[in-house]
Amino acid sequence: MATPCAIVGTGNIGTDLLEKLRRNDALDVVAMVGIDPESQGLARARGYGIDATDEGVDWLLEQAQHLDVVFEATSAWVHRQNAPRYAEAGLTTIDLTPAKLGPSVVPGVNLDDHLDAGNVNLITCGGQATAPIVHAVARVSDVPYAEIISTVASVSAGPGTRQNIDEFTHTTGQALVDVGGAAMGKAIMVLNPADPPILMRNTVYCALPEGYDADAVRGSILEMVDEVAGHVPGYRLKADPVIETDTYHTPGGTVPARVIALLEVEGAGDYLPTYAGNLDIMTASAVRVGEALAAARRQEVPA
Amino acid sequence: MSELAFRLTDSTLRDGSHAIAHRFSPQQVTDVVTGLDAAGVPVIEVSHGDGLGGSSFNYGFSATDEMELLRAAVAARQQSKIAILMLPGIGTREELRRAADLGIDVARIATHCTEADIAEQHIGLAKQLGLEAVGFLMLSHMITAEELLEQGRKLESYGADCVYVVDSAGAMTIDDARRRVALLADRLTVEVGIHAHNNLSLAVANSIAALEVGAAQIDGCTTGLGAGAGNCPTEALVAACQRSGVATGVDPMGVVDVAEEVVRPVRPEQGVIDRDGLLLGYAGVYGSFLLHARRAAERYDVDMKDLLLELGRRRVVGGQEDMIIDVAVELERRAAQAQAATVGTRS
Repeated sequence: MATPCAIVGTGNIGTDLLEKLRRNDALDVVAMVGIDPESQGLARARGYGIDATDEGVDWLLEQAQHLDVVFEATSAWVHRQNAPRYAEAGLTTIDLTPAKLGPSVVPGVNLDDHLDAGNVNLITCGGQATAPIVHAVARVSDVPYAEIISTVASVSAGPGTRQNIDEFTHTTGQALVDVGGAAMGKAIMVLNPADPPILMRNTVYCALPEGYDADAVRGSILEMVDEVAGHVPGYRLKADPVIETDTYHTPGGTVPARVIALLEVEGAGDYLPTYAGNLDIMTASAVRVGEALAAARRQEVPA
Repeated sequence: MSELAFRLTDSTLRDGSHAIAHRFSPQQVTDVVTGLDAAGVPVIEVSHGDGLGGSSFNYGFSATDEMELLRAAVAARQQSKIAILMLPGIGTREELRRAADLGIDVARIATHCTEADIAEQHIGLAKQLGLEAVGFLMLSHMITAEELLEQGRKLESYGADCVYVVDSAGAMTIDDARRRVALLADRLTVEVGIHAHNNLSLAVANSIAALEVGAAQIDGCTTGLGAGAGNCPTEALVAACQRSGVATGVDPMGVVDVAEEVVRPVRPEQGVIDRDGLLLGYAGVYGSFLLHARRAAERYDVDMKDLLLELGRRRVVGGQEDMIIDVAVELERRAAQAQAATVGTRS
């Protein structure tokens, strides 16, 4: 039986998630919650015969007994208000905002580690796109320092991202350490206004200390890209990973080499246009985490 | 002294950092600040070339922590104000706070010319910390004067004390610079500044054209030490102003001496507009890409001209230095394929 779930937030992310979940057999969207009666996301949900309300989470909590999982696609501030109420109602939350209340989950790295957490966080789009690569390197080499540059089309960065750009760089940089396994991390975000809009680009640099195995590093990255592409089909390398040698004085120490992975993320075009790979990777990761939760629940509940 | 025609900001110790791969020492900072301060330069900018927090794989690691350089600058100045640059997305408010604690006076917050709204919080914090705030619209040549005005209005609404038209690629003609500065100076209530690069050999001319249509702040770098083909040379600008009877408040011989004796030895070849420097301006590519592009061209054995022109075609913006490697790898692959095809035809 499919796991009943609700989407809170009816903006781009919430609506794109709605489209993805509708196709999913393990997860059954039974409710969509917003605060704007005019929202296109709510209209879509109603069109699909899903209970949709503009009365906010009060309504949702009254239905809590029919629900297992909530996808939060509002804002960090709103999620901080909602999270304790979800917990009290016994709902498991997959948080797509940067509130970071629960442990960070990145499919491809630690999907199964926090299935009993009650509230899991998806970091940022840049984190979902780059932490797996840092992890891929860190599982075959020490990574004293990792750095990522995430470039997204200006039109795909909404006011929330723009006003919280420090939060993005900080949270993402921390995820390179906490999830990726680097000793130190730094994240940079660039907005590019080119028209037609560019696809999301991510460049990952990992410092490689003396004794690294170049083939193992490259092989591990290629394997990880395949793994992530399993749930984000538009996730790909622009070129094979390159290893450059020089003397690099990184904050994590001086190293003789760095590996560079040049990544592109093309969105699935469900609700958001294909250039919005940054938003697509969040919703695709959320679905993947939801599937894992659903599978864990099926195991727990005896048939 | 009579009223000054404009306020000069010298960015040798920030934009110049690009030209020497971010390797300024505290002693060099002390020497430059001491000289410029004595010559009467009102504002001196000190930061990694890509602003606070710029030390990275992507832009180059600083030889000395920029906070240490700022400490040296603040200690060496008598009258000059010390400014920092920061780019939201690269630096954060945390670094701005640390710089403010060191005693800086001016925070210049830079965004790509279409993305002013990512600077709102940083300008807000600068004002809250009691700093003067400047909004810095990079690669201003990429959009029209009218579009630039919209972005300038946003910066003004966030509390910026001045909005800069920034010709990061040195791509602006005199008319380009004049139209943009004139419109902003006419429609904004705050001051307007110009930051010119010399790729088309127009940096001083563009600065003076901007002054004529209302620029209240102008940037220079001694010897032109800066990204790409370099900046508007401070000493040439001051000398030209002196000859035109424009009051800068700066002693021309003072800056000429600092340029020649303190900064020239740091990079003797500064000021030559070679093919690479010219092409950056011609293709509209951010000047800071120069050294990174040279290294990549050599490493991947690709033509520098192809590399720069392709970057121009892709309309990359400031901060996208990673695309240099992307393009170089792509060109290398294409060359290998072309060679394989030739071999295939022969066999």
